[in-house]
Parts: sequence; structure tokens; C-alpha cells
Amino acid sequence: MYQFNWRPVFDNFDLLLKGLVLGIGIALLSLAIGSIIGLAAAFCRVHGTRPLKFLAAAYVELVRNIPLLLIIYFVYFGLPLLGLSLFDNTWSFVLALSVYAGAYLAEVFRAGIEAVGKGQIEAARAIGLTRLQVARHVTIPLMFRVALPSLGNTFISLFKDTSVASAIAVPELTYGAIRINVNTWRVIEVYLVVGLMYLAACYAIAALLRQAERRYRVMH
Amino acid sequence: MIELILSSAPLIARGLLITLLVSACVLLLGSVIGVGGGLGLLYGGRPLRLVVRFYVDTLRGIPQLVLIFAIFYGFPAIGLQVSAMIAGILALSLFCGAHVAEIVRGAVASIPRGQTDAALGLGLSFRQRLRHVIFPQAVVRILPAWVNTAVEIIKSSSLVSLVSVVDLTMAVQQVVGRTREALLFYAVAAALYFLLNFTLSMAGRRLERRFSHA
Repeated sequence: MYQFNWRPVFDNFDLLLKGLVLGIGIALLSLAIGSIIGLAAAFCRVHGTRPLKFLAAAYVELVRNIPLLLIIYFVYFGLPLLGLSLFDNTWSFVLALSVYAGAYLAEVFRAGIEAVGKGQIEAARAIGLTRLQVARHVTIPLMFRVALPSLGNTFISLFKDTSVASAIAVPELTYGAIRINVNTWRVIEVYLVVGLMYLAACYAIAALLRQAERRYRVMH
Repeated sequence: MIELILSSAPLIARGLLITLLVSACVLLLGSVIGVGGGLGLLYGGRPLRLVVRFYVDTLRGIPQLVLIFAIFYGFPAIGLQVSAMIAGILALSLFCGAHVAEIVRGAVASIPRGQTDAALGLGLSFRQRLRHVIFPQAVVRILPAWVNTAVEIIKSSSLVSLVSVVDLTMAVQQVVGRTREALLFYAVAAALYFLLNFTLSMAGRRLERRFSHA
């Protein structure tokens, strides 16, 4: 019979809490960097010249069809061989997750750009805005409102994906679980607590996002 | 370079086979759980619905890697011996099942109510209704989402390498450790995963088109 002993888990709770905060931080940062990459790729795919369209499509399809773990290994073990050893493990992971997120966000933003009415753009052009101004003041703000629900879902997936960072010893929540498990062998307790922490964080984020969505909903 | 690839080919091929095996088992098991769960959500009594809803919402809020670790390290602690591969398959199947359950529920719920009413009017039993009216229409709606899930599962199967299953990802890590040719062999692995998943997505898109004409 398994004897429960919660003490070792709660004695090391700061490890888990710090891990959780780091995970959310990494997910937020990757969402931000990924949004920039994704926005560029989406604009290239919709409005770019042929080679740009192809490049953007190739990036999106390639990244979406290979495992995140492989991208992490490539950045962490592969890039230094190319002379790019600027990153420690945490920043390597942020880079990998951003590139990964960018491919998913490119599709989210593409759908958003395509959902912006032609009339809106024509009206903006008619009052004399340049193409750049149209993108900045019309397409992008409207697109963000359309894309908000998908952006929220992407953020939650990214947060869950931060658990894979434990593979290269980034001290996030899953790595905290591994360490406590190795040191104390309270395996059931630690994974129950960690599972609950992920669950609670996911639902808290989802609730916050629903509130934001209500506020910025597109009026029809 | 060619020589290097050729000499590592058997190991990589075996890894690819394990990746395919794990993914196939997960998709099979996950689909069975998912169809059962989806039907439970749709037609079950209140207690069953609550149980399935709890399962689906819990599994979707926990990272797959945590599920794999929990089963791989947790089962032996309560006296259940599982191999790394079985632990990985079990964890990913539970995750896959939760996703498929939600897909099945959504697909069936999107079939107009009139179809069920008409089937009832014809005097079809519950089983006949499912088999001849609901399922044929639901499959068309399930398929595109299911193919996406399959791609996600093939990608997630790489996580079993972290509990020491020698799948494609682990095989490539071993080859890299031996040859120090990280970039070359990561590219090989990426190409294999890409070919597998891209073909699958393309086939999915094709099937979707074909069904939507029917």
C-alpha cells in the first residue's frame, strides 16, 4: 500500500511556484515574439510577392509538422555548432517556442487578415491613407479583435508546451516535479500537485481570456 | 556524409518504426476512448456525462509530458509495473481520447435535430439511428479534426523519448551523440517527421474534399 507523505512536496513548494511563474513568463514572451514572426509571415502570405508567399508557407508548414522537442534540440544543441552560442537553456527554449508559436500564429493572423472586409480597406484608401497606414490603423486592429479567441487558445497551448523545456533542464514547473521526485521519491504526491497547478493555471488563464474577449468582441 | 547517413540508417529506421507504432497504438486506443467518451457526453445519463466531462476537461488542461511522467513514475509506485513504451502509449491515449471525445461531441451536436426526429419518426431504434443516420454524417465532420489530432499525436509521440523509449527522436539523439553531426541528423529527423505529417494532412484534405462533394 502506498503511504502518502505530502511534507516533502510542500517543503519544496517554492520550486514549483517559481517554475509555474517561469512557465507563464516564457509562454507570454514566446507569444509576443511569435506574434511578431506570425504577423510578418501572415502579411507575406496574403499580400507578399510570389517568393515571399512561398517562403512564408514553407516556414508555416515545416514548423507545424515537426515536433517541438526536435526544434528545441536543434536550437539548443545545433545552433552552437553554427557558431551561435549566445543562448543558455532558458533562452534557447524561448527562441524555439517563439519559432514554433510563430507558425501557428501566422495561420491565426492570416484568417484574421482575410476576415477584414474589403470595404474597410477601400474606405481607408479613399480617405488617403498609405498602405502602411491602412495596415497599422485598420487591418491590424480589426484583425486582432477577430484573432483574439484563437490567440488565447494559442497562449494556453504554449503554456502547456513549456513543460517540454524540462528536457533541457529549464527550471519550470515540470522540471521542479522531476527534481522533487528524484530527491524525495514522493512521485504520486508531486504529480498530483503539479497536475493540479497546471490545471488551475489553464483555467485561470481561460477565465481571464473570456473576460477580455467579451470586452473586445467584434460588433456585427 | 552519405556514408554517415547509411551507417546510421538502421537505427533511425528502427526509431521511425517505433514512432509509427506508438502513434498508431495511441490513435487507435484514443479513438476508441474518444468515441465512447463522445457518445457518453451526448447520450449518457447525468452521472456519466459529469464523469466524462471531468475526464475531458482535466486531461486537456495538463501537459502531455506531465501525464507521461506521472504514469511512467507513478504506476510502479503503486505496484503496477509498466514499460516506458506502454506508459507513453497509455498517457498519450488518455490525452488523445479527451480530444477525440470533444471532436465527436461537437460533430454529432452539429447535425441538425431534424435528422434525429426524422429517424425517430421512421421508427428506427437508438442503434439504427446511430448507425444509419448519425454516424455517416458525423464522420464527415469528424475527419478533418481527427487528422489534425493525428498529426499532433505523431508530434507528441516524440515525448516518449524523454522516458527513454528509442523512437525517432531518441534514435537521432543517439546517432548525434555518436557522430557529433547534430545539424545533419536533426535535419534527417525533421524531414522524416515532416514527410509523415504532411502526407497525412494532405490525405486528410483530400478525403475532406471528396466527402464534401458527396
